[in-house]
Amino acid sequence: MSEEYYEDDIDLASLPDDELVEQMHDDLYDGLRDEIVEGTNILLGRGWAATRVLDEALVEGMRIVGIDFRDGILFVPEVLMSANAMKGGMEVLRPLLAETGAKPIGKMVVGTVKGDIHDIGKNLVAMMMEGAGFEVIDLGIDNPVENYLEAIEEHQPDILGMSALLTTTMPYMKVVIDTLVEKGIRDDYIVLVGGAPLNEEFGKAVGADAYCRDAAVAVETAQALVAQRRAAA
Amino acid sequence: MECAVDRVLVIACGALAHDLVRVRDANGWDHLDFQCLPAELHNRPEKIPRAVREKIQQARGRYREIFVAYSDCGTGGELDRVLAEENVERLPGAHCYEMFAGSRTFNELQEAELGTFYLTDFLARHFERVMVRGLGMDRHPELRDLYFGNYRKLVLLAQLDDADIERRAREAAEFLGLDFERVVTGDSGLDSALRVRMGVAENAA
Repeated sequence: MSEEYYEDDIDLASLPDDELVEQMHDDLYDGLRDEIVEGTNILLGRGWAATRVLDEALVEGMRIVGIDFRDGILFVPEVLMSANAMKGGMEVLRPLLAETGAKPIGKMVVGTVKGDIHDIGKNLVAMMMEGAGFEVIDLGIDNPVENYLEAIEEHQPDILGMSALLTTTMPYMKVVIDTLVEKGIRDDYIVLVGGAPLNEEFGKAVGADAYCRDAAVAVETAQALVAQRRAAA
Repeated sequence: MECAVDRVLVIACGALAHDLVRVRDANGWDHLDFQCLPAELHNRPEKIPRAVREKIQQARGRYREIFVAYSDCGTGGELDRVLAEENVERLPGAHCYEMFAGSRTFNELQEAELGTFYLTDFLARHFERVMVRGLGMDRHPELRDLYFGNYRKLVLLAQLDDADIERRAREAAEFLGLDFERVVTGDSGLDSALRVRMGVAENAA
């Protein structure tokens, strides 16, 4: 029997909880969406709360993926496949999480800036933030400043997130932040920026609260800054 | 006999190698040497500045002038910071698409369709290796829509009038599910940029 055949032959339903969760971490790492959906349903069927499945199976699995991405062991294609698998699990959990009525730990409006149609990183951030218990309002791509202003007025988020992949579009983040300053509302929000060509220095220069180099850092930064802001209130 | 110190070195992206040689030969710049870095760095632009710096430092003292044939290329200004420290110039613009097309034409193309994906002759010839395999779409076909779902059109910025390159670019557009357009740029953008540098190099001699 080949190892591949043996691997394919694993019956997830026959695994005890701890081994199933471990297997789901492996399946997330390997980007196996169907297996993640199946594992999620099995754990729910065993009486696990949706939040526990999310935290222990999905978020923890993606944390491992994030570490290996940061360390250069995994690359973008693999991370995207992992994210796609987590998305499958999230689709099962989302309605159940909504039913619990649990208050989100914070709210984020996020979008790619005007002139830029790239959304891979932004989508990863949105998904990881949602997984961490934030409510996320995703504005999509190519957002002029008006879109951000309307969204923050309507949703009153804790965080405004902006993403850009292009050197030519990333300066637009300053346009948005300067507009917030002009309107006297800059300090009402935590502003996080991210995107491949950005760095910490750029984040400071445009007046953001923080530059986040990847989705995991975005979650950690958001959690820390929201907690800090609430403690100071 | 010409010694190495009379020569000028261009440290280049591998995607420009053929174009640079063509421009050098057309102008008779026999004292121009090239050292190329892998074109695959396009997929990991954060690695470009360090790789360029290493090449510069290896070549330092062995050439009268060193020039870098990269644009910003998605490094977010990091390449410029390195080049300022090394006191070396680079090609103008944000990327080689802009350099080949010229800023005006490139901006017009962008304004006409924001969701435009560009290929040069090099990228059309090596689409399978650099894009399909480089971005993992051979292993995971579903990644195509994650990468290219927001694009509408593929523009071949053609340096040469070459039917085979055009055919490959059309096939790439079809693979990605995008409309196709061909814009002939020739070598004038690269030629002008090098001419400026060669003028500086001559004056420094």
